[in-house]
Amino acid sequence: MSKNLRINNKHFVDETRKLSFTFNGKKLYGYKGDTLASALLSNDIHLVGRSFKYHRPRGIMTSGSEEPNAILQIGNDDALTEPNVRATEIELYDGLICNSQNCWPSVKFDIGGINNFLSPLLPAGFYYKTFMWPASFWEKYEYFIRKSAGLGKSPSKQDPDMYDHRYMHCDILIVGGGVSGLMAAKIASDDNKKVLLLEDKELLGGSLIYDDSDISKIDNQKSSEWLKKLIDNIKKNKNITIKTRTSLAAYHNYNFLLARQNLTDHLSVNDRNNKIRQRLYKIRAKKVIISTGAIERPQVFHNNDRPGIMLASAVKKYIDYYGVRCGLENVIFTNNDSAYETALSLHKSGTKLNAIIDIRDNSSSEIVNQVKNLGIQIYWNHTVVDTKGYKRIDKVTVMKLNDKGNDVIGKKIDLNCDCLAISGGWTPMVHLFTQSGGKLRFDNKDNIFVPDKTNLDQLSIGSAKGDFELDDVLKNSIKDTKKFLNIENSNFDKIDVKCSKEKEKKNIWLLPSDRPLSKTKPFLDYQNDSTAKDIKLALREGFKSIEHVKRYTTTGMGTDQGKLANMHALGIVADTTNTNMGDLGTTTFRPPYTPLTFGTIVGRNVGQFFDIFRKTPMHEWHVENNAKFENVGQWKRAWYYPKDGETMHDAVQRESKAARESSGILDASTLGKIDIQGTDANEFLNRVYTNAWSKLQIGKCRYGLMLNEDGMVYDDGVTTRLGENHYLMTTTTGGAANVMSKLEDYLQTEWPELDVFLTSVTDHYATASVCGPNAKKIINKIFKDLDLSDESFPHMSFKEVKLGDINCRVMRISFTGELSYEINVEASYGKYIWEKCIEAGKEFNITPYGTETMHLLRAEKGFIIVGQDTDGTMTPVDLQMDWIISKKKYDFIGKRSLYRSDTVREDRKQLVGLLTDDPNEILEEGAQIVKDENKKPVDMLGHVTSSYFSPTLKKSIALAVLKEGKQLKGQKFLVPMIDKTIKVTVSDTIFLDKENERING
Amino acid sequence: MFLISCPYCGERDQSEFVSGGEAHIARPKQPTELNDDQWAEYLFMRKNIKGIQFERWNHVHGCRKWFNVARDTSNDKIEKIYKMGEQPPKI
Repeated sequence: MSKNLRINNKHFVDETRKLSFTFNGKKLYGYKGDTLASALLSNDIHLVGRSFKYHRPRGIMTSGSEEPNAILQIGNDDALTEPNVRATEIELYDGLICNSQNCWPSVKFDIGGINNFLSPLLPAGFYYKTFMWPASFWEKYEYFIRKSAGLGKSPSKQDPDMYDHRYMHCDILIVGGGVSGLMAAKIASDDNKKVLLLEDKELLGGSLIYDDSDISKIDNQKSSEWLKKLIDNIKKNKNITIKTRTSLAAYHNYNFLLARQNLTDHLSVNDRNNKIRQRLYKIRAKKVIISTGAIERPQVFHNNDRPGIMLASAVKKYIDYYGVRCGLENVIFTNNDSAYETALSLHKSGTKLNAIIDIRDNSSSEIVNQVKNLGIQIYWNHTVVDTKGYKRIDKVTVMKLNDKGNDVIGKKIDLNCDCLAISGGWTPMVHLFTQSGGKLRFDNKDNIFVPDKTNLDQLSIGSAKGDFELDDVLKNSIKDTKKFLNIENSNFDKIDVKCSKEKEKKNIWLLPSDRPLSKTKPFLDYQNDSTAKDIKLALREGFKSIEHVKRYTTTGMGTDQGKLANMHALGIVADTTNTNMGDLGTTTFRPPYTPLTFGTIVGRNVGQFFDIFRKTPMHEWHVENNAKFENVGQWKRAWYYPKDGETMHDAVQRESKAARESSGILDASTLGKIDIQGTDANEFLNRVYTNAWSKLQIGKCRYGLMLNEDGMVYDDGVTTRLGENHYLMTTTTGGAANVMSKLEDYLQTEWPELDVFLTSVTDHYATASVCGPNAKKIINKIFKDLDLSDESFPHMSFKEVKLGDINCRVMRISFTGELSYEINVEASYGKYIWEKCIEAGKEFNITPYGTETMHLLRAEKGFIIVGQDTDGTMTPVDLQMDWIISKKKYDFIGKRSLYRSDTVREDRKQLVGLLTDDPNEILEEGAQIVKDENKKPVDMLGHVTSSYFSPTLKKSIALAVLKEGKQLKGQKFLVPMIDKTIKVTVSDTIFLDKENERING
Repeated sequence: MFLISCPYCGERDQSEFVSGGEAHIARPKQPTELNDDQWAEYLFMRKNIKGIQFERWNHVHGCRKWFNVARDTSNDKIEKIYKMGEQPPKI
């Protein structure tokens, strides 16, 4: 270290613990307690990055989350590296590796810097204007834009870290552990409220904790000493939970808030093993107190972005908290009293302060007088008009303001400096307040937006509310908190606060220069390189709404979300258009307040826990027998069972053949099952299904089609009458939950007079479906006493039978067109009954088949699958299922819609069969059907919904929806594919066994 | 994320509920008597107002009961929760 930048520090940095870190390949040292930013500054490093558009050298500017420039790539591991980390927020740890991001080949020599000289060619909206035409070139432009706009690189490997979510509930949530938040915490917890206090930094106390001034006193003690005692006191309180390193990300309605806690980011990499990295708290608070403080504004003047130009409050914090001087030759440029605290800190630490430039005419407040008495040169009514120094500021040029403050007069004065501390006043952090839906009010006195109306039980206090002076902060916080919590007395009622009071205020959003605006670069948004010029250009080009100006100029759209830029942008728009800032409104603040990692958002819901899945009781058997699975809703269903090296096609052909020629077995446990009981159950079914149910006898089954009220097919399935007032309804696998909700809806809201009770029993039963010509023999082997004759047990009927102690419900129903039995048992016996069937079927080559074969078999029979052959726009008539619509019933769900003018159109898309002219050609599901390929645009007449190669018919078959399809049987159409056009002929929807002979074995 | 007080279970997180759209639209008793326009009015037409809206909600991951909610759409504040079959409150 060539310069002596580290001063003896007493409180917050542990100089006995030296830490090494690497910045752009260079090994450097800092201390425990440093942030990466303070450690860099202590090594005299200001230049850390290049700006987004012009690639101008940029340095550390702030000491907090508003940092626009010092965003670095942390780590060099492909899985752990993290881009866009603010050096001001990350705590230094031993072995930290970081690199500058937006520069090539290096931060000191960046080829993109040429953009700075091209800048007259790169005005606001440059990208919008230039890369619009021709539209087809966009993809090529995008590649280069993304490359040159790079803000760090994302990790390329899976994140190995652990993240966590936790719910928290409290009476009072306090966001921000500065002095106002701490006092509110004390008042609330003394009142026996359950308090949760969040602080995003490592230590509580905000900016007062390192305040070393003699001017402000609380109860006659140095304010920081008083605050330390308060913190010790609060920590003893049992009903308060304090979470540090925890930043609030989002404030939603109903006092629901999200906060992220960093648990290991401050530890050296080796100390992080097996620890949770970050935790997301989901907080429900009865009341919320926002005490997030304020951030200092910069000033807007020509070349205000050089490394070494910093916020005055940051310069003060680096000295008083970290013991780091940001420069050895300092100049302060301000429009308010707060920068004089920086002047005192510089003086106290023995750091040279060359001058103070103040745009105000004068000030006689206590703190200014104290600075005056130190003999520091103050240039009143002056402004900075230019700065010099490419990679680090070395000079400021100062001129006098005219009376109106809109131009400069007199001679230029040059002042040497290596650090320019700027202050343009303070902006309350109202982000969380507005996120929660609160409305702001403009305060003309301080030129700030302050919280106004809210619907939630919340309160803003301290500088977050617009109180900037210590006595106001303390006294108002006490008063407001007591009122908010309905408390009569507190320990602070007699508090005595002394501080300097600001007497003069002056604010100029865009400071004048001796040059025309077009020849200057007064930056507003440092990260996005937007200047005051860009704002004015946008206004000239007709953008009026602040939301449009923001998007056109990209002001406030960086990772810092315009924390520094927004107020100046608004101010310049207001000044230029002669509008009151309060009427202009603000842009919308959206969560998260500071960026969140993906890991924090997903928490433990990764890998197999990303989405829960459901397994049938036979699942293990399917796994053991090499099944491939498909997701149906949340179910894992066996898809097909490939045998030694079979492709899916081979397996499905084999399974289908076996089912048709001897026997197959399907796990049908996933079908939705609803137990329906009550004296009006039969009437209920009549109302929800299109067909008639009155005559269904006990022990019989019936297929039903359910519509939406708009007449479109919603679900289908077989319902069995188990007893006089007892039915078991089955639904599609994916539709089960929705059907249940829909039926409950009608029962509770439209027909509360019906005596019907619904119970979902999907998970309670397992179902094995045995089909094929030998199915009867297999079932007979299992249930020896069961009479399986057609007279006793015909198709569409049901028997209850015992297998040992197991109650079995056997239904003779078929979705494949084969003779078929479904055995339903209590779920815990599912695997037993399945294995029993397999064993009994061995001699008949019983073949387990999956959903793919099931789909093929039913397609041969022309049975629809709701959701595959229908899409919410198909009526039963469209499906050529007119037979299932009862003519006798007065009403059922969707009936009236079946003769709306739209649903009776003849030219609706209707379900048809399709046969390819080449029987070996299999159509692709979703393929379009056309008549004339040459007519442009081509008329899209329909599409293929189901398509298979039938091993039984030895040809390709398909179901499709086709305009006016019912009347087009025998006609030829085309199915154009990417490399060929397939000729097809419209056929009947039933391809196999139209006479239903197989169903009877 | 709302906090909704189910009339049967008490205060629960919004994630346990689903919204069922506008309330107090009774299904016509005799749909067959309605012309297309009248039926379309029932079937499709829903209000989307700024202010107090009466809605149906279902405690789908709880007791499965439907109930009514009077919600101010401008700020999502729930003004009143009442059971199915009860008349909308005057707000």
